[in-house]
Amino acid sequence: MSEAAAAPLAEPRPPRKLYRSSDGRWLGGVARGLAGHLGLPVIWVRLVFVGLFMADGLGALLYAAFWFFVPLGVGGVEAQKPPSLVSSETSPDGRRRLVARRPDKGQMVALLLMVVVAMVFVGNVNLSGAARAYLWPTVLVGAGVALVWRQADNARRARWVEVGRRRRTVTLLRSVGGVLLVTAGVSGIFVLQGSAAHLGSVLQAALAVLVGITLLAGPYLVRMTQDLSEERLMRIRAQERAEVAAHVHDSVLHTLTLIQRNAENANEVRRLARAQERDLRTWLYKPEGTGKDEADEPTTLADAVRRNAAEVEDKHGVPIEVVVVGDCPLDERIAAQMQAAREAMVNAAKYGGEGGAVQVYAEVEGKTVFVSVRDRGPGFDLDSIPADRMGVRESIIGRMERNGGTARLRAVPDGGTEVELEMERAEKTS
Amino acid sequence: MSDPTEANSTAGSAEAAGPAESGGGPGRRVRVVLVDDHRMFRTGVQAEIGQTEQTGVEVVGEAADVDQAVTVITATRPEVVLLDVHLPGGGGVEVLRRCAPLMADAEQPVRFLALSVSDAAEDVIGVIRGGARGYVTKTITGTDLVDSVFRVQEGDAVFSPRLAGFVLDAFASTDAPPVDEDLDRLTQREREVLRLIARGYAYKEIAKQLFISVKTVESHVSAVLRKLQLSNRHELTRWATARRLV
Repeated sequence: MSEAAAAPLAEPRPPRKLYRSSDGRWLGGVARGLAGHLGLPVIWVRLVFVGLFMADGLGALLYAAFWFFVPLGVGGVEAQKPPSLVSSETSPDGRRRLVARRPDKGQMVALLLMVVVAMVFVGNVNLSGAARAYLWPTVLVGAGVALVWRQADNARRARWVEVGRRRRTVTLLRSVGGVLLVTAGVSGIFVLQGSAAHLGSVLQAALAVLVGITLLAGPYLVRMTQDLSEERLMRIRAQERAEVAAHVHDSVLHTLTLIQRNAENANEVRRLARAQERDLRTWLYKPEGTGKDEADEPTTLADAVRRNAAEVEDKHGVPIEVVVVGDCPLDERIAAQMQAAREAMVNAAKYGGEGGAVQVYAEVEGKTVFVSVRDRGPGFDLDSIPADRMGVRESIIGRMERNGGTARLRAVPDGGTEVELEMERAEKTS
Repeated sequence: MSDPTEANSTAGSAEAAGPAESGGGPGRRVRVVLVDDHRMFRTGVQAEIGQTEQTGVEVVGEAADVDQAVTVITATRPEVVLLDVHLPGGGGVEVLRRCAPLMADAEQPVRFLALSVSDAAEDVIGVIRGGARGYVTKTITGTDLVDSVFRVQEGDAVFSPRLAGFVLDAFASTDAPPVDEDLDRLTQREREVLRLIARGYAYKEIAKQLFISVKTVESHVSAVLRKLQLSNRHELTRWATARRLV
């Protein structure tokens, strides 16, 4: 069973630890986590649990044990992409935002299933009458415990994922409901044991014990949580500081050294400084997880334009100013437009770079994406280019037209060239 | 596709910041105060534009924080203040707030041009809503800065391409009905002008492109600036309050 091969992955994964899955779970995420760990389909694991449940409720005990001891984590099955703490999607306006989970539909289904299975189980199981009577209170207790634990999981999860603020009352109601269920179950057991007569005094005694414990341990607990949160804060600060220090150390100091070395080469110094400035800006002003990794492909227009401009700037040492208005996800057509735009930027940097910065402007308006690339160089004339020079004709004009867009090149009266690229977005409006 | 001749390819007057080549011109003078907490930067600007004989700019005072700035500006009554956005003591916005009476002065108003290394939307929109007449980044060349200063002295607005981009973004068509029809919408013409600024055109080039006079371009930009300062569009307020700038 544990020999089952994990789903083949592109990149080697770190040794897997057993976690309970926080995504797509029904109850505690135990089955999902196990399935992920063992590389089995979730449904198998779930079936096994159900089967075990039939065996004198062993499954339930096992499940509860797992739930109690295995930490909540991320991942589980469906690990096509490396597990990320937060699922995000790109909304039509191109902003990435976190996706709050849908209300726990799965949980409802799961609970219903449990009830059905419990019924069947109760019908099948041959307990003596006495033991049988205890069954319902036990189920009640189980359900109550599940509710409260589940709530605790949610609270943990909410720390990782900014779930759209659930109403606090719901949280409270759930917890209270769980407690009530457990109380009812326990009371039921008492009643069945025939100590109903003593129920009142037992409850009183229990209450007294609880109050005592609260009084004794309460301050200590409060202080402990305060200490913990303070410690956590300190740790986060330290981490942040370390990250800043590492970044400054790695890239900024490095660049400054290079600048000193190349002091007599003005162009190189300018290029180094620009690249570093861009890098630092991205790092300082960009929200977490957007384009911080050079590795991930740009998914939105603004990202793609900036990325292309940065690369061309680095390669040709001509500053490129980028202004983007609006944003949209990339589709095939827009990707082609980006390639054409890049080509235009390269041309502008190569032939018009001595006139100063190249200005790139991209705008999304409804379904139309417009990009203009403008330089202040000597300007050029399309007709005077030899026919064997395919750069502009093919990679800009041809590419745009093949994809159903238009490209216009024009000389600006006061010097320089402007390339205007226009493209309709693909039909699919996400 | 016109054929550019040698005559009009005037490379060299490269202007990334948009203002037309009005320049100081002979005999024009403008009194300026520099407000920036980086001494090195103040020295650099002073060296670049403070040669009064050549540029016509006379730096009459400097300040490194908000209190100093208010004191110096009140004492010297300059025509234009170059104001850094990030300042100890409350930032450029605080200076603008405390100098509001000087800005509104009918006789000799003090006008502000914001300078910053940052180009975050909330900084830019914040100082403009605070009353600055323009916004340029510190990478601007000396010549362009002098032009911008004179432009502000005349009461015009100075929009960098990036600022134009932000404004277009902020006034993008939304489904939300405008609260104030006059302030919450840009006219088609204003939008065209802004677009060209964002594309790196100088005012003169915009005038040519749209077949209007430079004066008309300036009045469109000033109208946009007014809307920017007075409109209560959600995006603008959001940007401006993002860092408690307003």
